[in-house]
Amino acid sequence: MLLIPCPWCGPRDEIEFRYGGEAHVAYPADPPAVDDLELARYIFYRGNPKGRFQERWVHQQGCRRWFNLVRDTVTHEIAGSYLPGQGPPA
Amino acid sequence: MMRRLADGGLIDRSQELSVRVDGVRVPAHPGDTLASAALAAGGWLQTTSTVHGRPRGIMSAGAEEASALVQVEAPWSEPLVAAPAVEIPPQGLAASTLPGLRGRLTGDDEARHDRRHAHCDVLVVGAGQAGTAAAREAAGKGARVIVADRDFLPVDVDGDQVTVLIRTTAVGSYDDNFVVLVQRLSPERRRVWHVRAGEVVIATGAYERPLVFPGNDRPGVMLAGALRTYRERFAVAPERPAVFTNNDAGLDVARTLDAIVIDLRRGRTVVGTEAGPGGLAAVLVAPIDAPADAERVECDVLGVSGGFDPVLDLHRHRRGPVRWDDRRACFVPDGALTGQRVVGSAAGEGLPEVAAGWLLPGDEAAAYVDLHRDVTVADLRRAVDAGLSSIEHVKRYTLAGTGADQGRTAKTNASAISAELLGRRAGGVGTTTTRPPVEPVPFAVLAGRARGDRFDPVRTTPIHDWHVEQGAVFEDVGQWKRPWFYPRDGEDMDAAVLRECAAAREAVAMMDASTLGKIDVQGADAAEFLNRLYTNAMDTLKVGRGRYFLMCRADGMVFDDGVALRLAEDRFLTTTTTGNAAAVLDWMEEWLQTEWPQLQVRLTSVTDHWATFPVVGPRSRDVIGAVFGDLDVSNEAFPFMTWRDTSLDAVPVRVARVSFSGELAFEVNVNAWYAPALWERLLDAGRPYGITPYGTETMHVLRAEKGYPIIGQDTDGTVTPHDLGMAWAVSKKKPDFIGKRSFSRAENQNPLRKQLVGLLPVDRLTRLPEGSQIVEFCTDDALPPPPVPMLGHVTSSYRSAELGRTFALALVKAGQSRIGETLHVPVDGTLVPVEVTGSVLVDPEGARRDG
Repeated sequence: MLLIPCPWCGPRDEIEFRYGGEAHVAYPADPPAVDDLELARYIFYRGNPKGRFQERWVHQQGCRRWFNLVRDTVTHEIAGSYLPGQGPPA
Repeated sequence: MMRRLADGGLIDRSQELSVRVDGVRVPAHPGDTLASAALAAGGWLQTTSTVHGRPRGIMSAGAEEASALVQVEAPWSEPLVAAPAVEIPPQGLAASTLPGLRGRLTGDDEARHDRRHAHCDVLVVGAGQAGTAAAREAAGKGARVIVADRDFLPVDVDGDQVTVLIRTTAVGSYDDNFVVLVQRLSPERRRVWHVRAGEVVIATGAYERPLVFPGNDRPGVMLAGALRTYRERFAVAPERPAVFTNNDAGLDVARTLDAIVIDLRRGRTVVGTEAGPGGLAAVLVAPIDAPADAERVECDVLGVSGGFDPVLDLHRHRRGPVRWDDRRACFVPDGALTGQRVVGSAAGEGLPEVAAGWLLPGDEAAAYVDLHRDVTVADLRRAVDAGLSSIEHVKRYTLAGTGADQGRTAKTNASAISAELLGRRAGGVGTTTTRPPVEPVPFAVLAGRARGDRFDPVRTTPIHDWHVEQGAVFEDVGQWKRPWFYPRDGEDMDAAVLRECAAAREAVAMMDASTLGKIDVQGADAAEFLNRLYTNAMDTLKVGRGRYFLMCRADGMVFDDGVALRLAEDRFLTTTTTGNAAAVLDWMEEWLQTEWPQLQVRLTSVTDHWATFPVVGPRSRDVIGAVFGDLDVSNEAFPFMTWRDTSLDAVPVRVARVSFSGELAFEVNVNAWYAPALWERLLDAGRPYGITPYGTETMHVLRAEKGYPIIGQDTDGTVTPHDLGMAWAVSKKKPDFIGKRSFSRAENQNPLRKQLVGLLPVDRLTRLPEGSQIVEFCTDDALPPPPVPMLGHVTSSYRSAELGRTFALALVKAGQSRIGETLHVPVDGTLVPVEVTGSVLVDPEGARRDG
């Protein structure tokens, strides 16, 4: 059970959160202009690295706010959380 | 034969406790375990083994027990419990030994188990020497400490911030120092602790493991350390013990017990055992290099010691690294996890050096590696000869280590003997994965109080009591209890639904739709926000009006539908499917927060705030007009898809011309507090017209007759608005909305996509089971040989009062182009011919909605 640092509420148990997949997959700026491959990349393609991963979480059972997290997919160590629209911590 | 000594031990001889094993009385004292009481009475809790049917008895003094697994029958009921770990409670105990070491689940565990969450600075698991020292040290520094120990002996750690939990096993270790403990509160009741600890100290000790030699499974052969425990703690001792060891710890036990010593390090080994009354009669001892030259050594009990294995379950649950230690012949921790320490013998400290050599001479088919699973050295050799070289494969092939005892005393022997058979060094085939739980935990304990009605919250509407009084049959929709139908005097479901449907189509009927998800969307950008989410335009909706909408995911598949009422320029009330309310709110929040944070919009769930009653049918206008005198209910003043605010006795009421049945309908919304009163008023006003309450089944029939899909029933996440024949709800003017770009993907243009159509069974009588497959018409009335190409499946199927027949909705490949065709639906071995039609079967012109 991860201890996840919600940027608004502080460290809370994983069961309070919902996972939102890879972070920084932006909605296309001009959807009609993207070709099918770009569209597919936006909808279906996600990174699956072994190691550090920037991912989205929402504090579903708490403040219901979305945020980003940097987590190691092997050790589950969490490097930190940050708000949507911001860059990951160094 | 073991017997109880006249004095000594940590037992209270002044009290007798009542214990029955297989119905036979066994004397016991407070402080005894089931195993110590049985041994004191000269027994071994003897039973037969799982596969070979060989006699087995108590072989340990703890939770590592592989043989004496008993069925506890009273005061609680539990199968396959390690007898040496069963404390005799004050009210006594009844247990039985089941042949084949089988377990039997009896009855329901009705005990009130519970759960507790706790935080601490330091969690110490195990209160032996190392654990006690670690706990005292932490307590001395003022830390909040929890000490957990599986045994029932008192733990000597004091402090204001110290919680000592005895009879408590740490069953699982999870990320970020989250540890699950199971505490026995009383014989019947247990408590699950969810502990989040700053530091975890693993002080779980080490298990002694047996030596593997012929006849090592016989009752009377037990771990050497167990002999010492029974002697010192329980005052139970053999008359004529022998000890077979490869290390100094075994030698030490032999000295304590004044036992005959068979020391492998001096080249002597045991090649056989003989049964005797109350244990063994003798063991056969031979030089290791001349096993045929055996001499008979008389003894009643043989203690064996093959070394020790640190108990590293908690370390290994988190994939803590281990390495093989050659000197002590065991796996020891290879560094600790963040925020954890392994101390004492769990870290290998103080464990004796062990003589080399795992394969002992003698009959390999009688030398048991895993006593619980009946795995012998011969079985391991067979596995290795079959080409298996990984311990994980050997384990799966032989089942060594897979028993209810989790192979605690078998795993290292299995690994090392396999390695030796493969010609590798000990430890060379690794060790198997360790997963929670450390010991079996009954589901009832994990469930705690969250069972029955408390398993999941039950949501009821403000009218629930009325529904119950009326004898409604309920259906579960998500967490909601919804009236399914209201049977009258002996009616079955079909009769009740036909009656309710007829009332809605011919007179007036009313339902409690309060469970409908409702979201209040407010803010300057509310219209823009909904424009981006919904497939149709919302900015053009005028205040006072409502609009049906569809919502898709980015892949263009329909996700939900509903009706949005525009309450003000900057405010909408939107509805969602009952079961989808939370998911829709989440979806809206996700876009708002992560993609469009610049939009000024706030979302609030108001599902429980509003009670909603659709009043449906040609006479609904009369009912609404009678109840709300100040409301002009004429079609001109109050047209379809508009809403009006009114009041009743100064209570605000909102009425909307929304129809989910195709009939003239008024949806009455009121603050949930006033719902029962308004419900009664509407019933009273409708009585002259025969107003009929109807449930969800009738609602489904009415909407299906009109071809209105239920998102999640007629769709499954692979269906576009176009597949539903709802292109009319997709804006062509908006430059973008979620899902729009996907509509032009090649796959979304595929003419063979499944499309929603109606199906009419030709015999007018068969109600096709929902989920039935649809195939091409088979001219010879028999299915072709498999694989039979499937054209689609039935999504909704009902009997219609209006049509006087059965009908169905279905997703069929290229369904629109097949209208008029006859297809087959296999049902219970026969082929039912069905005609494909459009999905709107009742009132396709829409003439009824205005009454």
